[in-house]
Amino acid sequence: MTIMRRPFFWIIAAVVALFAVLPAAGNNVELRENLLLAAVYITLASNINMILGYAGYVNFGSIVFFGLGGYFCVWLMSAHGWPLAAALLAGGVAVSTLALLFGLGILRLRGVYFALATIGVNEGVMAFVTNFGPWGGSSGIYLSPALFQPLGGPAKALWVVYYLLVGVMAASLYLSYAVKRSKFGLGLLAIGQNEDAAAVLGVPTPRYKAAVYSLSALLPAIAGGLYFFKSAFIQPPDAFDLQLSTEAIVIAMLGGQGTVLGPAIGAFLYVQLRGWLLVSPTFSNFQLVIAGVLLLAIVLFAPGGLMGWIYRRWPRLRGFLE
Amino acid sequence: MSALLEVEGLSKDFGGLRAVDALSFSVREGAILGLIGPNGAGKSTVFNLINGVFAPDQGRVVFRGEDITGKPPYRVARHGLARTNQIVQPFANMSVLENCTVGACFGRENLSLARAREAAREAAALVGLDDRLDALASQLTIAGKKRLELARALAARPTLLLLDEVLAGLNPTEVEHMIGIIRTIRDSGVSILMIEHLMQAIMSLSDSIVVLNSGAKLAEGLPAEVANHPAVIEAYLGDPDLAAKLRAA
Amino acid sequence: MLGLLASILDGVLIGAVYGLAAMGITLIWGVMDVVNLTHGAMIVAGMFGTYLFVSAVGVPVYATLPAVLVGGFLAGVALYWIAVHRVIGQPPLMSLLSTFAVNLVLVGVGTAVWGTDLFNVPASLPGFSLGRYTFPGTHIMAAVLTAAIAAALYLFLYRTRTGKAVRAVSGNREAAELVGIPTARVLALSFGLGTTLACVAGMLIATMFPFTVLSGDAYQLKSFVVTVLGGLGNPTGALVAGIALGLLEGVTTPFVPVSWTLVIEFVLFVVVLIALPGGLMQLWQRR
Repeated sequence: MTIMRRPFFWIIAAVVALFAVLPAAGNNVELRENLLLAAVYITLASNINMILGYAGYVNFGSIVFFGLGGYFCVWLMSAHGWPLAAALLAGGVAVSTLALLFGLGILRLRGVYFALATIGVNEGVMAFVTNFGPWGGSSGIYLSPALFQPLGGPAKALWVVYYLLVGVMAASLYLSYAVKRSKFGLGLLAIGQNEDAAAVLGVPTPRYKAAVYSLSALLPAIAGGLYFFKSAFIQPPDAFDLQLSTEAIVIAMLGGQGTVLGPAIGAFLYVQLRGWLLVSPTFSNFQLVIAGVLLLAIVLFAPGGLMGWIYRRWPRLRGFLE
Repeated sequence: MSALLEVEGLSKDFGGLRAVDALSFSVREGAILGLIGPNGAGKSTVFNLINGVFAPDQGRVVFRGEDITGKPPYRVARHGLARTNQIVQPFANMSVLENCTVGACFGRENLSLARAREAAREAAALVGLDDRLDALASQLTIAGKKRLELARALAARPTLLLLDEVLAGLNPTEVEHMIGIIRTIRDSGVSILMIEHLMQAIMSLSDSIVVLNSGAKLAEGLPAEVANHPAVIEAYLGDPDLAAKLRAA
Repeated sequence: MLGLLASILDGVLIGAVYGLAAMGITLIWGVMDVVNLTHGAMIVAGMFGTYLFVSAVGVPVYATLPAVLVGGFLAGVALYWIAVHRVIGQPPLMSLLSTFAVNLVLVGVGTAVWGTDLFNVPASLPGFSLGRYTFPGTHIMAAVLTAAIAAALYLFLYRTRTGKAVRAVSGNREAAELVGIPTARVLALSFGLGTTLACVAGMLIATMFPFTVLSGDAYQLKSFVVTVLGGLGNPTGALVAGIALGLLEGVTTPFVPVSWTLVIEFVLFVVVLIALPGGLMQLWQRR
C-alpha cells in the first residue's frame, strides 16, 4: 500500500490509537465522554470540509444528516426491533439517499443561493419531523433500556458505542483523504476554485456536487445513530441543534478548510478552548459568541486556518501533510 | 476533407438584442478557421453557443456528426471539444500541473488520474510551462496564465480547439512564441477555430476566415479574399486603422 | 368569504413590511454582491431597540422611529467596517461566513442577556372595521410607514448625488472607481442603509407580533424568499414580492398549520430560483 509510506497515514493512525487507548487505560469514563464528543466533532467537521473546503459550498444545515441518522437508527431499533449495527447502516444509507435527492434539487442553485437553501432544508426537515407521528412528533422517541442488553448491559454498551464512534471518525478522515487524492476530489477542488471553468473543462458539476453532498451525509448519519442510541432518547431540538452544524463549520475553518488534517486539529483546539472557557461562569453562557468571534477572526485574518498558516511558514510540509 | 464542426442557422437573443443571427459555417478537419469581426460582433457568444455555456434560441451545432446543440459544457468537453476563455480563468490555488490534470481527466479520453498527469505534463511542456509545474496558477504572469489556459485545454487531447483571443495582452516576442505553439498544435492533427484581433497573426495562421458583424456572417473565404472584400472593409471603416491593417495583410 | 378577503388584505399589510426588510437585503446584494446574514440579527436589534426605548423612556412606539433609523444606520456602517470591508472582492463564501459569524455573536449576546422569552411592545391604534372584521391599527400604520420609507429611499437613490453614486457602484464597481466615486464609503453607506431597513422592519414587526431573540432567523429566511421573488438587486421588486408573500400567507393561514408556513416559503424559494432566476419582475420585463 503506497498510502502507508505517507507520513500523513501514520499521523492519523496515531490519533486513532490515542483515542482508543487513553480512556481504556484507567477505565476513565470522564475522559471517554470528552473524547467521544471530540470524535463527533471531527466526524462532522471532516465531512462538512468535503463540501466547504473542497467544493467551496457552504452547508449551514449539515446537522440534518446527524439528526436524521439518529432518528432512523432509534426508530428502527425501538419500533422494528432491528439490531444496532443494521439500524446504523440502514440509517446511513437512507440519509445518504435522501441527501442525494435533496442535492439533485438544491444543487442546481449555485454559490450563495445553495447556502441559503441549506438553511431552509434544516427548517423544513425539523418542521417535518416535529409533525411526523411515527417518530413521536415533538415529544420524540425513547429507547427501552432492554435494548442495551445485547451489548452486555448499559455500562459495556457505552464503551462499544465509544469505539464504534472512534471508528466512524477514522473512516471520516480516511474518506476525506481518499476523496482528495481521487479524480472525483480533483473535480471538486476545481469546482471550488471556479465552477464555470471546471464545467468548460468537462467536470460534470451537477453530478459531482450532488455526489459529495450525499457522500458527506453518510458518516455523520451513522455518528448520529450512535450518539442518540447512547442517549436512549431523541427529540427534534436535540437532533437538529443548529449550534452543532455551526461549530462544525468553525472547526473546519479553524483547522484549515480543504485539508484532511485541518478538521481534526481544529476539533482538538476547539474542544480545548471550550474546556477552558466553560470552567469560567462568565463565559459558559457565551459559547455561540465565542464560536462567532473565532469564525470572524479566521475569515478576516487567516482564511487558510491553522494548516494554511503551517503551509505558509513551512512550505515544504505541503508534500508530507494533507 | 469532411466537416468536423457544422454550425447551422445559429441565433441567440439577449433581452431583445440579437447577439448572433442565423449564423452558419463549418470547420474542416485539420484546418484553422479564423473568426473575426469588430468588437461586439458576437464572436465570444458564438463560442459560448458552440460549447454549451448558453443554449441557442435557434439552429444546430453538429460535431463529428453528432448533434450537440444545447448540451451542457461538461458534456461537450467529453466529445473532444476544448476551449480557452478570453479572460483567463485559472484555478488560482492549484498548481500548474493540477490545473492541466483537470483538463486531462475530464476531457475526451476520460483518463485515470495517473494517465491524466502524464497528459498534463505533455501539454504543459508543449506550451513551455514544464519548468513551472509546481507553481500555483496565481503566481504566473499574464503571459503564463494565457499559456496555462491553452495547456489546460490541450491536455484534454481534443479534436477541436476553440481559442478565444489567446494572443491578446502578449508582447511581440510572446506572440511569436504563441503562434509557433498554435502551428505545432495544428500539425499534430487538432483542428482549430480561433477568435483573434491581431490581424497579421490570424491572416497568416488561418486556412479560411469567417467575418462576423452584428452577429451575422458578413463574408467567408480565404484570408486574401476576405481582406479585399468590399463589405468587410466597409464594416471596419469605423476603425480605419484596422481596415488599413486588413489591406496590408 | 369576507373572512378570507380580510385575511388577504391583512396579509398585504404585513407583506409590505416583509418587502421593507427584503429591500435592505437586495440593496446590499446589488451594491456589493454580499449576502448579508446579519440581517435577521438586525431585525431583532430593531425589535429590542424599540422595546428598550419604549420601556425605559416611556414614549409611544412610533416616536422611536428616528432613533431606530439613526441607530440602525450607525450599526450598519460599523458592521461594514468590522466584518465586510476586508472580504469585499473575495469569493462569496467569505462574506457569507463573516456575516454569519457576526450573526452568531449578536444572537449569542442577545440570548445571554434576554434569554429566549417572548416580548411585546405595547402599541395600540384604533383599527379599521370592515363588517364584523377589524384590521388592527398597527398593521395599517406599518404599511403606511413602509410606503413612506420606500418612497424616501427611491427619492434618495434617484434624486440625490450620493444616491446616484450608490446606483453607479451597483452597476459597475470598477467603472465607478475610475470616475472617482469613493467606493468604500459608498459601500459602507449602502450597508448602513440596508441595515436601517432591517431595523425599521424589526420595529414594525414588533408592533404587530410578539418576538424573541431568536425570531430573526425566520424573518431573515422570509426576507430572502422575498428578495429572490423580487429579483436580486431590485428594490421595487422586493417591495412588490413582499406584498405578494404577505398575500400568500393571508390566503394560506386559514388552511395550513403555522409550523408549515416556513417550509412552504422555502420550497417557493427554491422553485423560484430554479424556474425564474430573475424574479417575478422578469415576467413583466419580458414583454
